[in-house]
Amino acid sequence: MSEAVWILGINMTKFGKHPDKDAAGLATDAVLAALVDGGVTMKDMGVMAAGNLMGGGGIGQVIQKQVGQTGIPVYNVANACATGATALRTVIMAIKAGECDMGLAVGVEMIAGAGLLAGGSRGADSDTWVPSGRYGAVTSVDGRIGTETMPGVFAQIGQEYGYAHNVDASFELFARISEKNHAHSVLNPLASYQKRFTLEQIMGDMMIAYPNTRPMCSANCDGAAAAVVVSDAKLKTLSAEQRRRAVKISASILTSDPWEEACQILPNVNTLTRNAANQAYEQAGVGPSDLDLVELHDCFATAELVHYDNLMLCEPGGAVDFFNSGATWRDGSTPVNVSGGLESKGHPIAATGIANVWEICHHLRGEAGDRQIQGAKVGMTHVIGLGSACGIHILEKSAA
Amino acid sequence: MVTMSNQVPLVDYLVLGDTPHLEANECTACGARFFDHRSACASCSGVSFKKVSIPTEGFVRTFSLVSMAAPGIDVPFAAAVVECGGTSIRANVVNTPVDPEHVTIGMKVRLATFPIGKDSEGTEAIGFGFEPLEVK
Repeated sequence: MSEAVWILGINMTKFGKHPDKDAAGLATDAVLAALVDGGVTMKDMGVMAAGNLMGGGGIGQVIQKQVGQTGIPVYNVANACATGATALRTVIMAIKAGECDMGLAVGVEMIAGAGLLAGGSRGADSDTWVPSGRYGAVTSVDGRIGTETMPGVFAQIGQEYGYAHNVDASFELFARISEKNHAHSVLNPLASYQKRFTLEQIMGDMMIAYPNTRPMCSANCDGAAAAVVVSDAKLKTLSAEQRRRAVKISASILTSDPWEEACQILPNVNTLTRNAANQAYEQAGVGPSDLDLVELHDCFATAELVHYDNLMLCEPGGAVDFFNSGATWRDGSTPVNVSGGLESKGHPIAATGIANVWEICHHLRGEAGDRQIQGAKVGMTHVIGLGSACGIHILEKSAA
Repeated sequence: MVTMSNQVPLVDYLVLGDTPHLEANECTACGARFFDHRSACASCSGVSFKKVSIPTEGFVRTFSLVSMAAPGIDVPFAAAVVECGGTSIRANVVNTPVDPEHVTIGMKVRLATFPIGKDSEGTEAIGFGFEPLEVK
């Protein structure tokens, strides 16, 4: 067993609209605040990993120009909606490998007001029908052969749960999941929405892809998050206050999707997540019942349901009953997305997989204010990116 | 007069003619099926494939009624996963109203083809979807 790795400092910006900033500027806010939170400076960092999915490559060096060009290696990473978790895991791997004893992970996205992030544009029909590509298509197939839009893809993933387990995964059930997350974000001053919706408002809002209405979809917003990671040996040399606030990374896992029938048609985020969860629980030596709170990838209300099952928070096939029991509300047995989740806190893509770690750290440090989950000792973060990648981190309160 | 030779399928895995059907590339080593051209098998890394015909009847395993899509795409439409003889197919459910009363999980469907337009040389592209086996 390799030695532990810790979160020393971490920060997320307000998620929402930042028209006065560019991506590097917003990322800088998160980086400088994470360094201050950890009581360290850029000169202490031995490695940096950065993500900015919609902005193209090279954001890491652009950020360095604003926070300190110390000559350390930068890994610019892209892994769809798992980009932030991938940046964090890259730094963790570098430290575990002994290449350095401290590193910085950062993710930033500027997508406030963006519409459909996939399937949002379609090429014009060509003048002559000429087959091209691996499907030999003579023109665009989006909308003609299914959908490329994420709300539609994840709607199918949620609806399939009902079929696979012979349970009633209804429009209203999915809307109630969204109702929960929007209710949670009222207590989160950094969330995009901070607005409670009634069930009727959610179900009556604009339909995007049945059964997902607009408030049941990720909130596109600007946001950044950054984390300073430290080795166990280095942490032991730091102050008592730094050791007390450090959060242990008990598991850091990244998986891709194994081949299965139908995965060419509809990505299987279930096996992807279940594989990551199994590895994470084994690495951390904890089980689902040990989790005091979970931040999971509710990119759509239909996605949250399936991940209750995939993360083994409930019995196989039991996600509907599990939600209906109230377990995942903030006063339930396994609070899920007390931040508001992607639906209400927001989903600035590359920032999400670090911002969810910030949320858990906030509770484990006892610094979450009005939305503090009392006595929280163990938490889990989960993101997926289609294509596919799944990142899971299990975090534990410092014993110091 | 338009003859069959003036038609092309929307995708090359749609086989036109008297009995239109879908055709998959099946890995000769492990049996995994792909509608696109694979360099090697994603399941077993084999490099040999053969063409197999997919049954034209099946059922809807899941769906979404898509109301927001790129400009130029007619909405709403019913995007679905249809399972035919154990092979999953991405397709729209067609020839039925696009609402949750008419498009349902488990509904039995069959392949349907239809023209989607002509190019500048008069060639007609033929698309496909799945229509209800029984009218509700």
